[in-house]
Amino acid sequence: MKNKAISYPYVGWMGLFVVAPILIITLYAFTTDDGGFTLSNFQDMAQYTSAFGRSFLLAAIATVVCLLIGYPLAYLLARESGWLHRMANMLIMLPMWMNFLLRTYSWKFLLERHGLINTLLGLLGLGPFQMIDTQGAIVLGMVYNFLPYMVLPIFSVIEKIDPKVIEAAQDLGADSITVFRRVILPLSLPGVLSGITMVFIPSVSTFAISRLLGGSKTLLLGNLIDMQFLGSAYNPHLGSAISLVMMVIVMVCMAVMNHFGDGEEGVTL
Amino acid sequence: MSKELIRLSDLRMVFDDEVVLNSINLYINDKEFLTLLGPSGCGKTTTLRIIGGFQSPTSGDVFFDGVRINDVPPHKRKVNTVFQKYALFTHMNLFENIAFGLRIAKVPEKEIEQRVNEALELVNLPGYGKRSVDSLSGGQQQRIAIARAIVNRPQVLLLDEPLGALDLKLRKDMQIELKKIQQQVGITFIYVTHDQEEALTMSDTIVVMDKGNIQQIGSPTDIYNEPKNAFVADFIGESNIIDGIMHADGVVGMYGKKFSCVDSGFQKDEPVDVVIRPEDIDIVPEEEGQLTGTVTEVTFKGVHYDIIVDFRGFKWLIQTTDFSPVGAKIGVKIDPDGFHIMKKSSYSGKFGDYSSYSDEYDELSEDAEDADEE
Repeated sequence: MKNKAISYPYVGWMGLFVVAPILIITLYAFTTDDGGFTLSNFQDMAQYTSAFGRSFLLAAIATVVCLLIGYPLAYLLARESGWLHRMANMLIMLPMWMNFLLRTYSWKFLLERHGLINTLLGLLGLGPFQMIDTQGAIVLGMVYNFLPYMVLPIFSVIEKIDPKVIEAAQDLGADSITVFRRVILPLSLPGVLSGITMVFIPSVSTFAISRLLGGSKTLLLGNLIDMQFLGSAYNPHLGSAISLVMMVIVMVCMAVMNHFGDGEEGVTL
Repeated sequence: MSKELIRLSDLRMVFDDEVVLNSINLYINDKEFLTLLGPSGCGKTTTLRIIGGFQSPTSGDVFFDGVRINDVPPHKRKVNTVFQKYALFTHMNLFENIAFGLRIAKVPEKEIEQRVNEALELVNLPGYGKRSVDSLSGGQQQRIAIARAIVNRPQVLLLDEPLGALDLKLRKDMQIELKKIQQQVGITFIYVTHDQEEALTMSDTIVVMDKGNIQQIGSPTDIYNEPKNAFVADFIGESNIIDGIMHADGVVGMYGKKFSCVDSGFQKDEPVDVVIRPEDIDIVPEEEGQLTGTVTEVTFKGVHYDIIVDFRGFKWLIQTTDFSPVGAKIGVKIDPDGFHIMKKSSYSGKFGDYSSYSDEYDELSEDAEDADEE
């Protein structure tokens, strides 16, 4: 009732730039060039099954790696105070102030056949190793770029846990491992879920990282869609169909995960 | 209530050059309800946290059943704590909250169920196990916090202002209930509060603290009737504290007159603080009074009137059921046992004058006084 008018610009914005594009994509996905209804766009996707599989696999690996690195980091950050806290916070935020492409380019120079790492290894009589243009390089790029999106939500959830709740657990006989397992971990689950969401979704749809670090051999969904709209294989109908399917799969993944998270001793986001 | 269970010996606590506890010596008996009472910042919560193991004293020792436990971490101590804001686990239902300690102790599932249900019954919330923490009111959450601690059958229960967040009516009910629970389970309660009435209602022993020092230890009646210094007299209930001189055993002088009292053991003509409780003063016609004064303020309190009476510039608070109008000249009579004589202390002169007394309107009346003086 009150102040409803304030939300109008936002609703308008959402309608114009979120809902409308999705409707247009849906429309494109089910039509041919001359506007007739068809399902052939979805049948054509069969040839790209491997790209689907690869995209979701690499995104999943990157998300798991982000979680494995990000959770302990977030935990330490939230429990630590003083200069170490500020310093680590700074180090996490600093790369985000740099341009995304520039950050990813710099990895290209590090990983190249004659790049910095291979040169240094060469001095030690090792290598050269093939690092650029591999799936590993893509995962590295994803982890590097999206790690802060894992750390920050987990950090903010852990930081808000009332220290008295932890004291209460200790008071009831819990040693530090039990405190973590039975109190801190379940209470930080909402942060973990949003961290996973915020890393997994951009990882699935990325095209810049795979193009810069994955070379031409590794085709991901992002590149595939990119190609249908701007590249050589111009076919916006197929591109829309791929986008739509990817979106649906991502939504299903998230729904399953959130449901799983809810079941875990009743955590709600 | 006889065996000594906890002993604090020369406890000292310093945070960043600020002395929080200054040489605390205290022993606590088994099955005793002991209250640490004092204003905020007096060190009572710090003392409790040291017993719970959440803080280590800068120096001094904590003994439990004769064993020094300074270095024993909280999860290995035989004490459980009820926290001020309950600190329940919001990600578990009430049953799991209460079962938390039992599961860690690897109690068999069947016994857990039985003991949790007993605990829920003890705090008057039977059948609430499946509910979530968020669905409870503050008072109910407090009961769950008590159940969660008591179910582990600790030897000592620490309570850190557990009723502070509840409204007055609920607080009074819970005071009685807590005392009942303590007698039922028969363990030691160490209770921290700044509410003197709460302390008087529940405790076997009250420890009055201020500025990191213990001011007085005693039973509620001792503390109320025989306060050791002006701070205790003022903190526990209302007190008029007047400068006096002890002429001899049983004879105290104030306002240049002699009054008979029951205190003794002071030196001849020793300057003392005289405490007179507002309810120990009888109002009599002017000519019959031991002292005479002028009524300057009357406040109706329901059961009685609070009246402020000016005795030669020093204002007393008198609680009486007889109405006297503002401006009336009255006499007062005090029985010998209405006088409580205290030795002079560093608190002398700081408390017990009701010149600026005015219920909730402290600030207003101070302003008014400033205006008067000009």
